[in-house]
Amino acid sequence: MTTPFSSMAWVMSGSFIGSFGAVFLKAGAKRLQREGLIRSALSNWRLGAGVFAYLVSAIFFLFGVRNGELSILYPLVAFGYVWTMFWSRLFFGEPLTRTKFVALGLIILGIAVLGLGNQ
Amino acid sequence: MTAPPPVTISTPAQKRRSLWLVFCCTLFGAAAQILIKSGANTFAPDPTVAEMIGRIFTNLPLFTGYAFYGISTVMLVLALRHGELSLLYPVIALTFVWVTILSIMIFHDSMNPLKLVGIAIIVSGVAVLGRGSHT
Repeated sequence: MTTPFSSMAWVMSGSFIGSFGAVFLKAGAKRLQREGLIRSALSNWRLGAGVFAYLVSAIFFLFGVRNGELSILYPLVAFGYVWTMFWSRLFFGEPLTRTKFVALGLIILGIAVLGLGNQ
Repeated sequence: MTAPPPVTISTPAQKRRSLWLVFCCTLFGAAAQILIKSGANTFAPDPTVAEMIGRIFTNLPLFTGYAFYGISTVMLVLALRHGELSLLYPVIALTFVWVTILSIMIFHDSMNPLKLVGIAIIVSGVAVLGRGSHT
């Protein structure tokens, strides 16, 4: 059984949305106060947005894995790391090191090879 | 964002515990994927979004799968407090290995050299990721 392209698109879109979850959680976590932690967490819209993004990405993933092979679809989740790296640079000014570029290149290459093996 | 991060010194025991935590996190994470896939396999051909969300609460494999996913996420967050990323990421990448092995065993996924090489490259990419955090 080969994995339909639509399934791959669902999973990869899910990982794209999920990468914003990480951004919102990080932005929210920075604004947490030690005193009144629960209250400051509950009134923090960024944390809420982060959890919401993760829930939406979980639904996309569920749409994706209905059809096709998990051994093709699950590794596609690694594509989320690529987005997270860009957002970390864009929103938090974290440096894009050469090692990160190597990791990014390997993940994209791996996904391409995996796609070729889907037949 | 220019303020220096608070200096946290983790003891070797804490670092070891982080490695174990993240290892368990990969087991729970892989089990979660397998459970979610077996739940998703029982869907009717064209489920609505509402039906699918409902299924998460009524289908035991799906519900357990998402619970395991939650547990593995909490374990990861706890592990990240004391572990070194360059050591933790190669362990995290094991999740892809477990999911591949379990998919072959349980769902009889097909395998060919290209798929195996592709997964191996992705695993190495994720393993390298943690080393890029040091500048």
